[in-house]
Order: sequence, then structure tokens, then C-alpha cells
Amino acid sequence: MVLKAFFPTCCASVDSGLLVGRWVPEQSAAVVLAVVHFPFIPIQVKELLAQVQQASQLGMAVLGTWCHCQQELEESLGHFLEGLGTIFSHDPWLQLCREKGTRCWSCKAIYHQVSSSPDTPSEDQVMLIFYDQRKVLLSWLHPPMTVPNCQAGDVTASARGLAAIFDTVSRSKMLFHSDRFDESPVRLSHWQSEGVEASILVELAKWASGPVCLLVASMLSIISAAVSALCVLPRLWNLWPLSFIRSKLSACEQLRHRLEQLSLVFSTQKAQSPTQLMRKANMLVSVLVDVALGLLLLSWLYSNDRIGQLANALIPGADRVAEELQHLLQWLMGAPAGLKMNRALDQVLGRFFLYHIHLWISYIHLMSPFIEHILWHVGLSACLGLTIALSILSDIIALLTFHIYCFYVYGARLYCLKIYGLSSLWRLFRGKKWNVLRQRVDSCSYDLDQLFIGTLLFTILIFLLPTTALYYLVFTLLRLLVVTVQGLIHLLMDFINSLPLYSLGLRLCRPYRLAAGVKFRVLEQEAGRPLRLLMQINPLPYSLVLCTYRLPSYGCHPKHSWSSLCCKLFLGELIYPWRQRGDKQD
Amino acid sequence: MEDAEDERSFSDIRGGRLSLRCRDYSPYCREFGLSSARLSLRTLTAVTCAVWLTAYGLFTLCENSMVLSSAIFITLLGLLGYLHFVKIDQETLLIIDSLGIQMTSSYASGKESTTFIEMDKVKDVIINEAIYMQKVIYYLCILLKDPMEPHEVSQVVPVFQSAKPRLDCLIEVYRSCQEILAHQKATPSP
Repeated sequence: MVLKAFFPTCCASVDSGLLVGRWVPEQSAAVVLAVVHFPFIPIQVKELLAQVQQASQLGMAVLGTWCHCQQELEESLGHFLEGLGTIFSHDPWLQLCREKGTRCWSCKAIYHQVSSSPDTPSEDQVMLIFYDQRKVLLSWLHPPMTVPNCQAGDVTASARGLAAIFDTVSRSKMLFHSDRFDESPVRLSHWQSEGVEASILVELAKWASGPVCLLVASMLSIISAAVSALCVLPRLWNLWPLSFIRSKLSACEQLRHRLEQLSLVFSTQKAQSPTQLMRKANMLVSVLVDVALGLLLLSWLYSNDRIGQLANALIPGADRVAEELQHLLQWLMGAPAGLKMNRALDQVLGRFFLYHIHLWISYIHLMSPFIEHILWHVGLSACLGLTIALSILSDIIALLTFHIYCFYVYGARLYCLKIYGLSSLWRLFRGKKWNVLRQRVDSCSYDLDQLFIGTLLFTILIFLLPTTALYYLVFTLLRLLVVTVQGLIHLLMDFINSLPLYSLGLRLCRPYRLAAGVKFRVLEQEAGRPLRLLMQINPLPYSLVLCTYRLPSYGCHPKHSWSSLCCKLFLGELIYPWRQRGDKQD
Repeated sequence: MEDAEDERSFSDIRGGRLSLRCRDYSPYCREFGLSSARLSLRTLTAVTCAVWLTAYGLFTLCENSMVLSSAIFITLLGLLGYLHFVKIDQETLLIIDSLGIQMTSSYASGKESTTFIEMDKVKDVIINEAIYMQKVIYYLCILLKDPMEPHEVSQVVPVFQSAKPRLDCLIEVYRSCQEILAHQKATPSP
């Protein structure tokens, strides 16, 4: 195998010294982490390497020599460097050399053990691969390629392939603590040599995060305790109406979801893995952006008295809807689309629904003086977030179109009853019966009067079917319209809830942090010189960022497929468009 | 170890001109670049004229100037989208012994999308046949294996998918790749 030497780009112009790093024998790769400068005491270098080895659980060693001089290797320096090979014995021993000011590199690898006679060292081809140490240190590979540790004692996770390189660099943080400008006995050059990187704000934030997390976590626990106490306290009431209302209002669900997210973000446990850290960061940024958008909406709503305008437009709007419904019912009571209805049933149903609309209108008019105040106070909740405001909007729509929901339920129940009656009587007509025990249709002998009454009822139901079916169809379509509007609002809320803004921002501004892999570029080459490659980080594509870091939403997706939906519509069973988790099946 | 460069012209499955550039960086590192013809001015003018004439026709029908401005907008966006997401100018295959195989696609807008496959996962490079619409074509592909199960093919990755060269070009690339892979198989990993 060709020997690969991974060399950090920051060390390409430093003075001569020793190469320190890790040797990966499975891939025949030498990962150079730092350069130790002259003068040094070999004992101290070995001590430092032992310390780093203990901290990182990786095998550190002196890999070879690095020479950065005016011309080609001077004689005395050459002998000195070869002498070092005997002090720090490592197989293979690398000798990297670069002429100052040019791009002429040369590297040799000397194997001591493989050759038959122990005196003659053998050489092998070497490939130089440059890598940006800081970027490799900070990046996370997706998917993580480390084999999970089986036992507790086996600490070293064996990363395969190029993940081993990333692993080596990220675990050797201890090596990067001391620098060549420090007063320590061993002077190293690595990525920190160009200036130790740190940010005052980041350090302050890290110091402050502990107490802040404690404070906010305690506040959140107080809030959630108060909320649960509020619902538990009126035990005089029947618990059922309150919890039922709470489960039907999407605003409460959204609030609960946000409280959960906040408590997760501010929990005092440290994040175990980079994925958890990203999830926390995404949640925090999502909540902050949500609140910012909500405050924007608030400022827009409360300027120029828009709330008043909205309240003033609400009552005439509801009146308009009721009027349109009345026209629709009048049309149904006549001869809709040229169909001939059963006069009596038509009148009964039409009058029943018209009375309902009349009740609804009077109720709305009763509420009209208070609408503006209610809207004003409810609109204040937009400061909690845009998603809360959207969920309240969805709830308001549901409340205002409650009469359409009622009509749908009446029509569906009537139609369902009729369909079941028809199917049962049809079986009677043919002389069969549904066997509940065996869950199948069996033949049955009926008496004459049973058959007579059954057939009579069957014909009555058959002739009344078009009327009921038409009412059912009309009200189902209206209900589906309202459900579509609510569904769109929920879709928007879901989108805002689950968008991983922090990950997308990271991918945009610091693409090397989220790595899908690596890519190589061949650098300019001269005859007789070794092959030089530049290893760069291949960032994760945006679609994978979205897929991997998508925040979980509280899942209100309909569980029906299209075919089961059509089946239910045909049979007249009630459709519940979304189920919150923990709801009982009706 | 000289850096040899070789450029030849071939044709793709539809008869268009392709140019293959083989660069030999070292005995164990080779690069093959396949460039297809660039976007021709003729096609661009034809499509733009067609869209604008339709928009003008709609404008004379409905007298709304929004149609014209939206037609200009659509043409611009469509052209930018086509150059950035669809039109691939050059495809490169870089094969490095004992490191891996890298495939790069360069789009007309300058965007480059790279995939790197490590040598552990590469089982072999072969020429395979496929039925494509009404034709039977040859394509070069890389067989991947799971390092845990070295005898089974886990995935097939086709190369030069947008250029689609003919068999003569594929044979050149195949022979070069096999030389390097033979080297890699002769010295197995320790």
C-alpha cells in the first residue's frame, strides 16, 4: 500500500523539527498533528506524548523529521536528523523536507523491520495529503462511522477509513494546549500557533449558562406546576369537560409543546452527543424566532387600531356566512340541480337546519358587544409566538364554523343510519342475515310478516335515500372546506415548529462543521516529487441537513389513506381529521 | 513519474461531441475528465423567442402587462435554474490507489458537486449494459461492498451519468482504472 502522510497546512512553513502524531497501520497512514521544534530534550517529548496518549486513548508517537531549510538538505543537518531516528524508533520513519520559499517537497519513508537484513532500510512510495487542522477538528461527520463500544472496558472506538483521521484530530485536544511561544519545555507548532483562538463572548456565555439554566429550569417547573394545579383544582367540576376542551383546542397543545421544548433546552444535563446539542440549539433558535415573529405580528395588529377593524368585520362576516347557508338550504328545499326531492323529508330537514342557523345568528349577535374586548385580549397572546397566534386563529375558525360542524354531524349520522338500515334490509330482502358470532352472512328463514315489513321499510328507505344523500353531500363538502383551511394553518405551524434554523444557519455560514465526507484536489506536481493532495471537507447538502436535524412535531397528521377516507365518506362514518396523541378513539 | 496529459474526442449515445482528458499524475493516481458541449446560443435564442412570443400572444388576448413581465421573470429564473441545477459541463473521475475514487460534476454556473468513495468500499469497476428508453447502452459503474461482507455487492454507482459516452470511451477509462485497481489488489491492506 502507498504510505499516506496527513500533514496540517498550518505547519507547512514552520521551522525544522520532529513530526508528532499517530500511525494508523490498517490504512498505512501517518497523521501528523504537530511539529516539535529544536531544542528539545527527548525525555520530555516522550513524557508529553505519554500524557496525550493517556488523555486521548490513542497511540501517539514521534513519526519522523521535518526539515524546512534554504537549499536541499545540508550535510550536517541531514546526519543530525538521521541520528534522531535511532533515539525515537518508529517504523516507518518519515523524512519530510521542503525548500524555503519554493513548493519543492520531498518525503521518504524508511522501514527498518521488513527488510531481510536489518542494516539496509527499505523505502516506499509516500503520498502527501494536506488538511486544514482547525476545520477537521471542528467538523462532525455524517453519518458517524465509529463502531459502537461493546464493553465498558474497551474505550477506543475503532473508526474506519477516513473517519479515523477525524477521530485522531478531535481526540488530541490536549496536544494543542501548549504552543511554541509558551515557556513549556517542549515547543510545539500546530493550528493554534497562528494565534490562539477564543472568543470572550463564547467564554462568558459558557460561564453564565450554568446558573441561567438552573434559574430558567426552576421558573419553568413553577409554571408547569401552576398550570397543572389550575386544571386539577376545580375538582368540584367534572374533570371531563375541561380536559376535553383542552385536547380539542390546538392552542393548548402548541403551548404544551413549547413548554416541553423549553424545559428540554434549559435542563441542567449536559448534551451527551453532538446530535443532542444541535437539537437543543435548534429548539432554542426556533423558539426565539417564533417569539420575534409573534412580536412583529403583535406590533402590526395593534397599530392603526387593526384589532377594532377586525372585530367590526367579524360580525358582518359571520352574518354573511349564515345568509349564504340559508340561501343554500332554500335551494336544497326547492329542486336543486333539477333533481326531484321527497317533499316532506326535504321540508323537515330544511326547516330543522334553518332553525339552527337562526339560533346561531342570535348567539353571535348576543356576543357582539364583547367581541372587540375578547379579541384585544386574545391577540396579546401573540407575544408568546407566531405559532401560538396561528393556533388561536385555527381555534377561532373552528368556533365560528361550529354550526357547519353540527350540520355535518347530523347529516352524517342520518346518512349512516340509513345506509346501515338499507344494507341490513337488503340482506333480509334476499333471505340472508348477518351472523354476529361468525362474522359472516348466513341464510335465514324469515316469517311472512317479517318479510313484508322488512320489504316495506326497505322501499321507504330507498326512496328517501337521494334526499338524505344530497344533504349529507352538501354538508360534508362544507365541512371538508373548513377542515382544509384549518389543515393549511396547521401545516404552516408544523413547518415553523420543525424547521432546524440553527443547523441551516450553520450549514450556510460554517459549512465545514457539518461534513458529509471529504474531497481531494491534486496540487501542482513536478517530476520526481511525491504526489501532493489537498483534503477538503465536503459539506452536507441542505436536503440532508433538513432530514437529519428536523425537530419532532407533536404529530397531527391524518392517519387515513385516501382509499380508507373515501370508504368512510361513502358509509357516512364521521371523520376526525387529526388526532392528538393520547386521544381515545371515538 | 511524469505528469502525462492526453486529450481525445469521442461521441455520446446521441451522437454529440465529447472530449476525454486523461491525466496521469503518478503510477497510482489518474484523473479522467469528460466534457460535453456547452449550451448553444441557438437553442437559448429559440427557447427565449418561443416563450416571449407566447407571452405576447396572451398579452394581446387579455391586455394585462403582468403577462409580459412574468414571462421575462420566468425566462430569467428558468435559465438560472437550468445552468445551476441541470446543465453539467464536465464530469471528472479521480482514482487514487489505496485512498479511493472521487467523482466530480461541474455545472455550467460553476457549481461543483463531489462524491468520494473510500477504497475499502470499492469492490470493482465494470462496464455494464442497461436498457435506456428504446436503446441498450453501456455505462461504467463502480461496485461497492460492505467492508464486513467482502463477497457481496451492496451498491452500484454509475459514473458519467450525464455525459453518457459510448463504448470506445468507456473501454479507455476501464483499462486505466483496472491497471490501478490491479495494483491495489496485488498489495492488500495489512
